[in-house]
Amino acid sequence: MSGHSTYVPKSAVGRWFESRLPVMGLLHSSFVVFPNPRNLNYFWTFGGILSFMLVAQIVTGVVLAMHYTPHADMAFNSVEHIMRDVNYGWLIRYLHANGASMFFIAVYIHIFRGFYYGSYKAPREILWILGVIIFLLMMATAFMGYVLPWGQMSYWGATVITNLFSAIPLVGETVVSYLWGGFSVANPTLNRFFSLHYLLPFMIAGVVVLHIWALHVPGSNNPSGVEKQTEKDTLPFHPYFTVKDGLALVVFIMFFSWFAFYIPNYLGHADNYIMADPSVTPAHIVPEWYFLPYYAILRAVPDKLLGVIAMFSSIAVLAFLPWLDTSRVKSATYRPLYRQFFWVFAIVCVLLGWLGAKPPEGGYVIAARILTAYYFAHFLIILPLLGLFETPRRLPGSIAEAVLGKQGSANAMASGAAAAPNTKG
Amino acid sequence: MTNVATAVAEPTRRDFLFIATGAVGAVGAVAMVWPFVSQMAPDAATIAAGAPVEFDLSPVGEGQIVKLFWRGKLIFVRHRTPEEIKAAQDVNLASLPDPQPDAERVKAGKAQWLVVYGNCTHLGCVPLGHEGAFHGWACPCHGSIFDTSGRIRQGPAPVNLPVPPYAFLSDTKIQIG
Amino acid sequence: MTMINSLRLGAAALAAALVLSAPVKAAEGTVQPPRQSWTFAGPFGSFDSTQLQRGFKVYREVCSACHSIQLLAFRNLAEKGGPEFSEAQVKALAAEYKVKDGPNDSGDMFERPGRPADRFPPPFANKQAAQAANGGAYPPDFSVIAKARTYERGFPWFVIDIFTQFQEQGVDYITALLTGYEQPPAGFQVPEGKYYNEYFPGHVISMPQPISDGQVEYPKDADGRPQAPETAVQYAKDVSAFLMWAAEPHLEARKELGFKTLVFLLLFAGLLYFTKKRIWSRVEGHAHA
Repeated sequence: MSGHSTYVPKSAVGRWFESRLPVMGLLHSSFVVFPNPRNLNYFWTFGGILSFMLVAQIVTGVVLAMHYTPHADMAFNSVEHIMRDVNYGWLIRYLHANGASMFFIAVYIHIFRGFYYGSYKAPREILWILGVIIFLLMMATAFMGYVLPWGQMSYWGATVITNLFSAIPLVGETVVSYLWGGFSVANPTLNRFFSLHYLLPFMIAGVVVLHIWALHVPGSNNPSGVEKQTEKDTLPFHPYFTVKDGLALVVFIMFFSWFAFYIPNYLGHADNYIMADPSVTPAHIVPEWYFLPYYAILRAVPDKLLGVIAMFSSIAVLAFLPWLDTSRVKSATYRPLYRQFFWVFAIVCVLLGWLGAKPPEGGYVIAARILTAYYFAHFLIILPLLGLFETPRRLPGSIAEAVLGKQGSANAMASGAAAAPNTKG
Repeated sequence: MTNVATAVAEPTRRDFLFIATGAVGAVGAVAMVWPFVSQMAPDAATIAAGAPVEFDLSPVGEGQIVKLFWRGKLIFVRHRTPEEIKAAQDVNLASLPDPQPDAERVKAGKAQWLVVYGNCTHLGCVPLGHEGAFHGWACPCHGSIFDTSGRIRQGPAPVNLPVPPYAFLSDTKIQIG
Repeated sequence: MTMINSLRLGAAALAAALVLSAPVKAAEGTVQPPRQSWTFAGPFGSFDSTQLQRGFKVYREVCSACHSIQLLAFRNLAEKGGPEFSEAQVKALAAEYKVKDGPNDSGDMFERPGRPADRFPPPFANKQAAQAANGGAYPPDFSVIAKARTYERGFPWFVIDIFTQFQEQGVDYITALLTGYEQPPAGFQVPEGKYYNEYFPGHVISMPQPISDGQVEYPKDADGRPQAPETAVQYAKDVSAFLMWAAEPHLEARKELGFKTLVFLLLFAGLLYFTKKRIWSRVEGHAHA
């Protein structure tokens, strides 16, 4: 997905094929010789980790669909059939269920990496917006997937979230009954959620292709936020970044395994092991952890419609980030004030998540309101103003300079690893 | 550390490291594939449900063919008439596509009871009973003709209708499986 | 400087909000079940098959009168990593149950003795029948009950639990509930036909105290003494362990495979680390990376 390929297949058959469908050249130029900034840190490995997680979720999901029955009377038991009778069914289901959480952990790190290093700024606005779209699709997929086991949390989560749309003036009720395919969450709802849950990951995969395409036009941003200029600033994707991404991926899989094998129900809710019962609502309805901050924002607003608008706006505002942040400096490394606001914002998000799990009463609501106001203020007030008032630190002239220091950049012509001073471990 | 020493020592060490890493990675990838292949096999409930089934022969009249299922597979139980038994026994084995004496296809002393799988060995359709030139079975899909012992006589099916594992519990009761 | 000041202000507001919200939780005051020690806890945990056999006996003689366990099949009782009854025992046990089957050739449903492949038949035909027989309360199915019950751990325990692999909230709760029948505190009104339980949410439970000392006879060892104390506390623990197995019959296999997987990944990560180091050592500026 980058420029012209210099790839020439070694075999005659390869050349014959390549002249008709240059797919090997495309892969070669995108993932072998592609010049990446040499100073990428481990936060840049999450793109690769996310690709792996998407594939892992699709593979485990397709397998689960072979054994799952999308019917209100049978869904719960078919999941237990997978857990009990299918060979390695327990493993595949736990990988899929915990995989969703891992996917979100990775995507949040990926997004906050973008916040910190200003990866959304020109010329990467489209890349960023595609990312926001992927994030939205992920949320829809995760939500519908959580409905499929047809436990109490599935059922009541579906009820609460679909009822959000009833806040739409005039047509709200109609929209909701269309979502349900009936007059409550019931078998038709489960059926369509299964269908869409199967469809959306492939749409995500499609947008991911666009995301990578858009990435490979300017190439990756990097911790210095200075664009790559010469060959000295970059290293070929392979082997440098394949091995680095691979190492990070394996460590991430270890983290994933800890959850999937040892505490597979830690991130779930006990209530979802009770079959859906339309006559009893669980005492304490909470969404999955990755939706908690938005849930807190929803509940912080005392008006139904405004609450729903606030919740959706909290994600929609991300799409405007490239223009809300007025600073011309990308990386927080060179933005002393932004760096502090970044951390405050990160803490606010975590606290919102914590409040989302708390009952909506007393001090929790007050705290959620303050934090919700801050959340929006960060994007709508702080970031626009910060760019005008903040004095950034001096930027390095190039990536090579950022890595090697001024001197190293000057005599970078000298090859040999030992010669260069090491400023950046 | 001299340049010469590195040039000599490094490639081998590096090669070993790279090969070891690649090999371990490959082993991991294969191991990861296994659960996804294994889940395709019949699950524990399906296997358990394949436990032997008992079948009471007493309601099956002479000349009648009864269908039943074991492990989801169709089975014919045929109460053969003396003529049908005679026809099955008086055959020049050498002329059969899949030579097998009738005595090997029934239990000793129970020649009136023929128990065979009910799917044509060609491509799995269910043959119709008492049909065809040999009054055994005739498959409506591709014209395979079976005799009263369930042996293939004409048509594309390569082998005889197989006999499932079964045993007589009493004179009127069999257990299949 | 103004920015830093506003930052401090924001932080102060945040802190205030948190302080405000903190006491609310404390006021709720739910009673946490005491921690039990389980053989199946932790990374190398495994079920004690004799305990599961005792627990099954308690379930069968006490609980099964009202509580179904419909996802469990007789054959499961013989599987590895469970109570590990012999195949013959399971066959005999299954035959003691009447299982509905049919229709037969005349179109009627009929009852036949159970087979290992059958699942445990429920004590009531349907939910309505169960409710009618139990004063309107539905005795829940026990198939996954050990995973369907929990209690709030609170901060910081829910973080610590990730590292200690604490996953036994459900069984701790069940054990506590079974032994948590008490006299209600003064002034606490328990409705007619209901009971007070220390650990049940809201304390008012429809189920009367189900087990008491000596109610179930345990298998005897060589000296003629019961394998475990025939006390309500022991019954509660044993049946809880049995329910944990019923909810997670592949727990042992899961933990075993988990250990192998992590050992493998550790090895692979180590190799990749050195490979990465070697490859990047060619790069100027990364000599010591």
